[in-house]
Amino acid sequence: MRKSASEKTQSQALVTRRSLLVGGLQVGLVGALGARMHFLQVQQSDQFRFLAEENRIKVSLLPPARGQIFDRTGRVLAENIQSYRITVTREDAGDIDETIAKLSQLVELDPALLADALEQMQKRRGDVPITVADKVSWEELSRVAANAPALPGVEPQVALSRHYTLGPDFTHVVGYVGPVSDYDLGRIEDPDPLLRLPRFQIGKTGLEARREANLRGKAGTQRVEVNASGREVRELDRVEGTKGSDVQLTIDHNLQNYVQARMGDDSAAAVVIDVQTGDLLAIGSAPAFDPNLFVNGISVADYKSLTEDDHRPLVAKSVQGTYPPGSTFKMVTALAALEAGIVTAEDTFRCVGHLDVSSQKFHCWKRGGHGNVNLIRSLRESCDVYYYELALQTGIENISAMARRLGLGERHDVPMSAVASGLAPTKDWKKRVKGEDWVLGDSVNASIGQGFVLASPLQLAVMTARIATGRAVEPRLIKTIDGEEQPTGAGEPLGLNENNLRQIRRGMFEVVNHSRGTARGSRSLSKETQIAGKTGTSQVISRRVKCAEVDWKQRDHALFVNFAPYDNPRIAVAVVVEHGCGGSTAAAPIARDITLQALYGDDPPLSEYPSGQRGRIRNQQKKLRALRPEPASKGSRA
Amino acid sequence: MSYLEYNIKFVPTGPRKFLYLNWPLALLLAAVASVGFLMLYSVAGGDISRWAEPQMKRFGVGFILMIFVAMVPIYFWRNISAVAYGVSLMLLVAVELFGDVGMGAQRWINLGFMRLQPSELMKITLVMLLAAYYDWLPLKKISHPLWVAIPVALILVPTALVLRQPDLGTAILLLTGGGALMFMAGVHWAYFLAVISSGVGLLVAVFESRGTTWQLLNNYQYKRIDTFLDPAADPLNAGYHITQSKIALGSGGWTGRGFMQGTQSRLNFLPEKHTDFIFTTLSEEFGFVGAITLLTLYALIIMFCISSALSNSNRYGQLLTLGIAMAFFLFFSVNMAMVMGLIPVVGVPLPLISYGGSAMLVLMIAFGLVQSAHVHKPR
Repeated sequence: MRKSASEKTQSQALVTRRSLLVGGLQVGLVGALGARMHFLQVQQSDQFRFLAEENRIKVSLLPPARGQIFDRTGRVLAENIQSYRITVTREDAGDIDETIAKLSQLVELDPALLADALEQMQKRRGDVPITVADKVSWEELSRVAANAPALPGVEPQVALSRHYTLGPDFTHVVGYVGPVSDYDLGRIEDPDPLLRLPRFQIGKTGLEARREANLRGKAGTQRVEVNASGREVRELDRVEGTKGSDVQLTIDHNLQNYVQARMGDDSAAAVVIDVQTGDLLAIGSAPAFDPNLFVNGISVADYKSLTEDDHRPLVAKSVQGTYPPGSTFKMVTALAALEAGIVTAEDTFRCVGHLDVSSQKFHCWKRGGHGNVNLIRSLRESCDVYYYELALQTGIENISAMARRLGLGERHDVPMSAVASGLAPTKDWKKRVKGEDWVLGDSVNASIGQGFVLASPLQLAVMTARIATGRAVEPRLIKTIDGEEQPTGAGEPLGLNENNLRQIRRGMFEVVNHSRGTARGSRSLSKETQIAGKTGTSQVISRRVKCAEVDWKQRDHALFVNFAPYDNPRIAVAVVVEHGCGGSTAAAPIARDITLQALYGDDPPLSEYPSGQRGRIRNQQKKLRALRPEPASKGSRA
Repeated sequence: MSYLEYNIKFVPTGPRKFLYLNWPLALLLAAVASVGFLMLYSVAGGDISRWAEPQMKRFGVGFILMIFVAMVPIYFWRNISAVAYGVSLMLLVAVELFGDVGMGAQRWINLGFMRLQPSELMKITLVMLLAAYYDWLPLKKISHPLWVAIPVALILVPTALVLRQPDLGTAILLLTGGGALMFMAGVHWAYFLAVISSGVGLLVAVFESRGTTWQLLNNYQYKRIDTFLDPAADPLNAGYHITQSKIALGSGGWTGRGFMQGTQSRLNFLPEKHTDFIFTTLSEEFGFVGAITLLTLYALIIMFCISSALSNSNRYGQLLTLGIAMAFFLFFSVNMAMVMGLIPVVGVPLPLISYGGSAMLVLMIAFGLVQSAHVHKPR
């Protein structure tokens, strides 16, 4: 746009006026800044000079002691022990290489840790102390302290470090802590300043992670006088922080140890639950690993051996693993049919070894067939065809609803990592997730716990506890926090017909105690410990050859669930042995041993076992006794 | 204007341009930057390679860049103003989408060889575009509501984007800098009165909204305001910066504690001592005399800019120079006011002194534009 000369003059004048105005304002502001400087630096100088002197007082955060973790008997599972380390602060050290060289004459330096520390020093702010030697002995520490004047920026540090007294036994339940990583910091909005302390440990997995808020505690502060080079001269005062809350588990460490030891090197999981209160008495997952390895950072080789193991030791199979429940699901199908009034316990179906459903042949595990089968016999001998018939008449919606009522397909929020929710499939679910319509064959598969049905060992234990009591038992892992009792999981009555439940329990009793029961080999003899259970063998892939002849990875999962004593249930147990082939051969014996151990609170007498097994059991008891933890030196709760 | 005056005007061309550079201004910039090198050397505890050396290299590159920009005719810069603004706006959106996250705020784009802060670029390109806009707009339309709404939108869009990062400091600079340019261009003063009074209203709203569902600022921003109002309340965490910074400043006295003798800086009581809080180290070590000297250098830079602008009859060059001078003024005054506890901590670096690459380069480019306006003004 062309502008006239007069407009130009006019605008020039306007700009000049306005900019002189703004300029004047700027002069005023600069004057104000100068005045403020004068006020601070000249008038109040003495006061601030005094404060600067006082500023030789350094205020620092005191990390609180993390809450301890105990088992139900008061045995400590996770404690804090003192550990010594040596840090170097780059800004104070001056020549890093020279400092390290001097230090290495006093302390043995681990090259890997040192290389990491040097890298950290490049990356982090210069005033952050970086650890160059970890887990040093008291002697080495005092040698460094004695030579302190020659080592600027080098500081010996005492810190609390987590220690897991029972090592692998509780690794999946309690989890472990580790140094705060950048990833951790990134996930938290407005992180506690504590987390920025070097080497501060937070829960990474398991209860340690899920109950971080209870366990961490509150930081204290410490005021220390420092000299001109920043070295601490004396402590002036300190405000102690608040220790984290102590957490007591419902788990019994002796039983937990037995469970882990009994599973041994199998890839297995076992859950023991108190049916009256929902207390989890043991949650085992095998194989396990030593959580102490992770506390100060695990070596690459160790970590690799854990991740590459096909038995997956890092996974807490008890709550994270989900398996087709196989025949242990039959109680669900049966109860659903009974409650819906479709069959009575006396009604029989004829099993000829298979059933044809929509032109597809569904086999019973017993190819010759069972003949006429009623409810109790169907459970006792685990007839599949009986359940195919039930499924056709009851429908998947009823079966799924019953599964959920019994605690399958829903997540039980125990404070462990990645608790799985399993699956109780419905028509809707299949439509939504698979985009396909539900077919009759799916119901037939589901009736015997195959197909889409998935359950974790924890869920199977809850299911069994609910069958045993008729109440909506909820699992409880934490007994007390700071001595305060947590709500139990006894649960409300499920509203199931007691008569129907009694029939199911009778069937489970016969599975173990009847001469033709599938788990007869795993019975106990005395009246006080009678076991009622159900075997399960769930297919991993379809195959024609014998289970033991295929690759380990392709073998069937072995399952067993039971409660005991039969006439007055106290506990429920679920055992899953991955690729164990048969529920009756691989899982039931483990479940029986765990049940007896839990009921007796110690090794059961050999008289509980059928005479033919006693020799083998004696040896086994001896072997497992050797793996028991030492009795605690101080038995009482802190 | 008379025929005569048109006749005597000329614009230098070719290598002669070099002689017409605003050399006193360039010298002042170098002087301020040198103060910066000295301070960076000091806060690194006598280590030149840590901050001082990279900063010198950047200033060197920046200085060459400035001369290069100055040699390019001012009309070229005017013509690309809109494009420059558009590119910075796109970069700002890009940070929003895939920027790196540093210090809890999303501010950078990683170019591989350097990390670019588009918000830095925006401070300059916004001034360029507004200057070009008022160069083009006839004077009689200048206060028409529609022609006022356009620059307001041009200011508010990048401000909103920067606020989302969140970078309150830059947002305030864009808003005030842009507004000041509109004022100097001649928009009717009633608009500014209205904005200022509604701004006061908004301030009240910000405080009233705290804790309610329509809370206007982030909790950390409220915390900073709290800290500002009462730094003693939380001396360990949020108030730490201010309390320590004031102690460092105050303990400097008339002549300071001597080069590299500041205990506050030495003992690591000062946070961000090589970036936002570097002024405290200067004040501690060189005292009131040192601080006033720096303030005077800054004021001289502003004065040279304004005097160059007032004698410039090219409206674009004039407004551009005034706008950049205003932005520069805001930079250092906000930073100084912040470390002296006059305003809340908003995270604005001290121009030409604080350690930081993109801020330095962008600033030198800006002064390149000022130089270009100076060289190419009709004489």
